[in-house]
Amino acid sequence: MLNGIALLLFCQLCGEALVRLFGWPVPGPVIGMLLLFLWLRYRGRSSHDLDLTADGLLKYLALLFVPAGVGVMVYFDALGGTWLKLGVTLLASAVITLVVTGWTMQWLLRRQKSEYTDGL
Amino acid sequence: MVFDSFWVYLAASPLWWLTLTILVYLAAQKLFLKSGSIALLNPVAVSIVALIVLLELSRTSYDAYFAGAQFLHFLLGPATVALAVPLFRQMARLRAIWFPVTVSLAVGVLVGAFSAVAIGYALGLDRETLISLAPKSVTTPVAMGISEVLGGIPAMTAAFVVFTGITGAVIGLRILKAAGVTDESAVGIAMGVTAHGVGTARAFEAHPVSGAFAGLAMALAAFLTALLLPPVFEWMGWL
Repeated sequence: MLNGIALLLFCQLCGEALVRLFGWPVPGPVIGMLLLFLWLRYRGRSSHDLDLTADGLLKYLALLFVPAGVGVMVYFDALGGTWLKLGVTLLASAVITLVVTGWTMQWLLRRQKSEYTDGL
Repeated sequence: MVFDSFWVYLAASPLWWLTLTILVYLAAQKLFLKSGSIALLNPVAVSIVALIVLLELSRTSYDAYFAGAQFLHFLLGPATVALAVPLFRQMARLRAIWFPVTVSLAVGVLVGAFSAVAIGYALGLDRETLISLAPKSVTTPVAMGISEVLGGIPAMTAAFVVFTGITGAVIGLRILKAAGVTDESAVGIAMGVTAHGVGTARAFEAHPVSGAFAGLAMALAAFLTALLLPPVFEWMGWL
């Protein structure tokens, strides 16, 4: 597992370094994910150790959002009287985004599939 | 008196809130499964509410709490990097459907930002709040950075990001099912682009393919939003 953790942390470190060096507006871990993906593509396969570490971490991904989530308590006062309007806005926007994105993707997938079968 | 000094020790030690966060989450997870997976009892949402109540009751500041909980928070970095592994496993599928993925992502990013701004405008929210709403579909550090560039309030945006993530995790799978979105990769893309990391975590619970595509959607949405939103807002005369 130590090899897996080392690889993940190393990719994150490289990501953070690149972000700071070039002033990119994205978080270091996202660049790190990209770097690891490119490394896996280059190498052509994952390792048992990396699989074990990644699957273990991702199994509890939801738990890792709890500390940041508790942080909304700090903003309660700042949101003040507009919380209901904000809640409605965020909820409605989430529903619209989910449905429009889901439909777009599924429609394009079906179109692509029928193009393939039409060509056969 | 003994309890007092014991509490003073505990409250000052990072171990207490770290352990409690994990225990609360495990209990919330058990409750979720026992209830037959009622969406509203989402373990992340229940844990956050329970911990806020505990902090308010014990008059503990968020900073004191975070001194312990930061050890879990830290793992978000390596966990984000680890999303490359399930994505790599889906390489063959990704290569076959890169075009639908790219188009859906661009659509999702724009709809996510502009639906919030339009609805908020219709409800009469002020301009600064509307700008702070726009980047709410991407992961917190990116969202706060964009909010600042656009002239919003980054702290407000952070709260919107958290709320959006939890909302997406709670209602996402049900909404998509009701809308007839059955393809696992489409479910993943929609969850990741709407509700970033929290949505990705939920998508993994539904299906490994959904999880892999949600992770991809979350990462690429961060890039796309950072690239697209400032110029589009400027073009529309918002800045």
